Amino acid sequence: MQFPGSCDERDALHACELAGGEARLVWHEERGLNDVDAVVVPGGFSYGDYLRAGAIARFSPAMEAVAEFAAAGGPVLGICNGFQVLCEAGLLPGALLVNEGMRFVCRQVELVAEGERLSIPAKHGEGRYWAPDEVLDALEANGQVAFRYAPGQNPNGSAREIAGVRNEAGNVLGLMPHPEHAVDAMTGSTDGLRVFESVAGALA
Amino acid sequence: MKARVLIRPKEGILDPQGKAVERALPALGFEGVGHVRVGRMVELEAEDPARLPELCEKLLANPLIEDFEIQDLES
Amino acid sequence: MTPAGADAGVDGGPSLTPPPSTGAEQPAAYEALGLKEAEYRLICEKLGREPNGVELAMFSLLWSEHCAYKHSRKLLRRLPTEGERVVMGPGENAGAVDVGGGYAVAFKVESHNHPSAVEPFEGAATGVGGILRDVFALGARPIAILDSLRFGELDSLRSRHLLDGAVRGIGHYGNSIGVPTVGGEICFEAPYEHNCLVNAMCVGLAKREQMVRAAAAGVGNAIVLMGASTGRDGIGGASVLASAELGEGDAAKRPTVQIGDPFEESKLLECCLELLGKGLLVSLQDLGAAGLTSSASEMASAGGVGVDIDVARVPLREADMEPFEIMVSESQERMLAVVEPAKVAEVLAVCEKWQTGAAEIGAVVDHGLVRVLRGADVVGEMPVEVLVDGCPLYDLEPAAPEEWIYGNRATLDAGASAAETLLALLAAPSIASKRWAFEQYDSIVGSRTARRPESADAALLAIPEADTAIAVSIDGNGRRVACDPYAGTVEAVLECAQNLACVGAEPLGLTNCLNFGNPEKPAPAWQLDRSVQGLADACAALGVPVVGGNVSLYNEGPEGPIYPTPVVGMVGELPGADAAAASAFASEGDAICLLGPFEPTLEGSELAKQRGELGPGLPQPEVAAVAAACAAVRDAVRAGALACAHDVSDGGLACALAECAIGGGRGCRVDLQHLRERGCTPEEALFGEGSGGFVISGERASLEALASDGVAVLYLGQVGGEEVEVAAGDRSLSLPLAEAESAWRSLGERAEAAS
Repeated sequence: MQFPGSCDERDALHACELAGGEARLVWHEERGLNDVDAVVVPGGFSYGDYLRAGAIARFSPAMEAVAEFAAAGGPVLGICNGFQVLCEAGLLPGALLVNEGMRFVCRQVELVAEGERLSIPAKHGEGRYWAPDEVLDALEANGQVAFRYAPGQNPNGSAREIAGVRNEAGNVLGLMPHPEHAVDAMTGSTDGLRVFESVAGALA
Repeated sequence: MKARVLIRPKEGILDPQGKAVERALPALGFEGVGHVRVGRMVELEAEDPARLPELCEKLLANPLIEDFEIQDLES
Repeated sequence: MTPAGADAGVDGGPSLTPPPSTGAEQPAAYEALGLKEAEYRLICEKLGREPNGVELAMFSLLWSEHCAYKHSRKLLRRLPTEGERVVMGPGENAGAVDVGGGYAVAFKVESHNHPSAVEPFEGAATGVGGILRDVFALGARPIAILDSLRFGELDSLRSRHLLDGAVRGIGHYGNSIGVPTVGGEICFEAPYEHNCLVNAMCVGLAKREQMVRAAAAGVGNAIVLMGASTGRDGIGGASVLASAELGEGDAAKRPTVQIGDPFEESKLLECCLELLGKGLLVSLQDLGAAGLTSSASEMASAGGVGVDIDVARVPLREADMEPFEIMVSESQERMLAVVEPAKVAEVLAVCEKWQTGAAEIGAVVDHGLVRVLRGADVVGEMPVEVLVDGCPLYDLEPAAPEEWIYGNRATLDAGASAAETLLALLAAPSIASKRWAFEQYDSIVGSRTARRPESADAALLAIPEADTAIAVSIDGNGRRVACDPYAGTVEAVLECAQNLACVGAEPLGLTNCLNFGNPEKPAPAWQLDRSVQGLADACAALGVPVVGGNVSLYNEGPEGPIYPTPVVGMVGELPGADAAAASAFASEGDAICLLGPFEPTLEGSELAKQRGELGPGLPQPEVAAVAAACAAVRDAVRAGALACAHDVSDGGLACALAECAIGGGRGCRVDLQHLRERGCTPEEALFGEGSGGFVISGERASLEALASDGVAVLYLGQVGGEEVEVAAGDRSLSLPLAEAESAWRSLGERAEAAS
């Protein structure tokens, strides 16, 4: 997806291609997703993060199409601002609040996902995941917490060290760190490729 | 109707901005100030005031984490 | 006395209020606007009449120091600006060098000092916004930002406030617009207490065939204003703020500071690049200081044509703006384009797609005038050449000060041991890790960043489009330039070249920002003159052309001028981004050597500062010898012979070794005996400063093989253990690595101290 103010869409595009997929940009006014097998909502500052991060992007025609796509079971991956858009749109539970330290943080962090450790960069000012306790309990009971920050690695104070969550049906995934910036040894780790490969794998 | 909408973080949600303001006050000579909450304010003119609550719930506030209050500026 | 010219003419006398009368006569309007009487008389003479209000406002801005470079232009003619890789030189929106494959890299550094001292967040943010526009005005997509910041000492609440605001502002703007901030420097010295320095640099990438110049061309072509609407931001900013020393009442200048909107600029950027990609624009110019006045006039001047501007067609944010306000507004995120009439509709359509404003506001005409209209009425007209080039250029009257004109303050205990001294230097805010700051910047968006901040001496960016890579560094010096403006400036240029060499890059071009005090006073004039000479000589000797830059003068407060501070930004090239070296020790057992003609002294050093012993005088750097050392390091890095390469700068060799140890998480055991044999005392060997020192590490045989007739390599010791052990006669030291790291990482805590 590409909104006015998106920043990491080309990086995400490139990561999809490295994972063996064919990818294209979807302009925020487009409604046609018929040719698409999976959707990535990328990072950035869509609409300047005005009002709340993701609050305006969620109403774009393209996001309405994404909501339909997700309701029909299509895989959707939201990264950083994308995660914020998916939460605002109600496609994922919870909300992302301003970092506890109230500063933007750009730092390589260690994540734990299904017992494995991944080194992936985080860069955000509003990444503190929050949901009411009963929702958090349900997420954990249902195995919907997809990524947590490893001990000592939480850059924003998010509840229960949560870095990313899935919806109940399991086809919508959102995370604050940027796997698309961990796909090339030249610029850092390559652990992020696994996230894209797993989306690609879900389609195979 | 000319209205002002006040949007506040819900009680129980950590408000680091409010806390930071609260902590800075004594150093500036203001004692006895607490319970600081930092929110947002939106002013607008609406032809159909009956739809304002819906507008607030859908866009201006995120009901999961924020409360809102509509003030009629003309009364 | 009636303010001359204020009531004359068709419309809109300036509504700027002259400073309050002390009981004597009201100062003339031209004085309130920053023009000298002689300058005003010259304007009248060249126009053949008195200027009206609109014209006076426009002259006051274009003839201000900030826009006209009245005191520096003659000096800048000494700088070498040509080279076979130069694509755009000084005079265009930014400079650019060829990097092969049909691509060019554009870059420039600019200051936003005075606005940042008044409102640091917006001042720094709009500084970034402005330099981004200068780069994409050429048709280059911005790919990196760097910044050089200088504040007073950190124990001052004001300095912490300015630091916090500036870092937040740079982060806010750069992060939101999606351009990575990949490097920079932050320095703290008392002379900057009242006048902070915020210099922002941008690097961009362009296809050569899509690059565009600023000159307006084609009589009959349309002038289109794109971007944000025009409000009252920064009115009078240029002349009021940047051409005068900051005095006691500067809080009242807040209304003239500009507010930036990175989201608006993001749309404007994509729009401009699409327009250029489709060949729809004849020329493009950004609106910066002095807004429409300067961009329209400079475009006209560069093109040898005249322009008509109709203020009634400018989209306004505030109703009832007067013509002069519209012409001098510094509202952000606006660009001016010249468009062939047949293409205007398509240009407006592209702007519509990107949700960015656009309006046809004028035309290119052959009358050689800048003519301002409001609808059908002419509200001002001046010959282009009088407005843009008619400003008098002044000669400086330099005189070297007889003594050290800055203070001295001892902060280090006289009896401090060598280890305690090293800790004090590592903890010095100017030397300490800047991680607290750079973690607030997105340094990775765009996927080009092969070396993130602090991992190497220069930022490294991949350019896969051209099958190449570039390195960028920004380095300035104030304190050492105050000791010797000539030598100190040469050192600043050499430091930049050394930093590039550490990542295997060869310099292609240089941009500079000259931050100095009041040039009408003899000591700052002398500093400026000598510094420009040093810059010219160093660039000529290194064969690095100056492709653009900026001058900021009148940086003086009640306590006197700032340190004379030339800030240098260099871009270099290297074959690929997988260059091996970092600025950290890599493996246990690696040899550590010192390469280069390093002959350290304590003059002008951080240690001398902490001892309160600063004074005039610096050794003269050996440029040729340093250049040879750079070449040797560069080639060795490219060949993969070095695991670690780090230039020796602030705090001397002991600090450089400690930094490599901290970075690698491994201690070292070294002996400085060979260095002392060059004739320096133990203390000079440990903490002395100067050009030409590289700490390198790797396999001993590979390192020593780098020695040649022109390049000295001294074996120092080995990587290993958990201490930084440096033998230096009676000043030997051994410091646990953990303690060294703790001192070096202390900046964040000090920056956020409540009171």
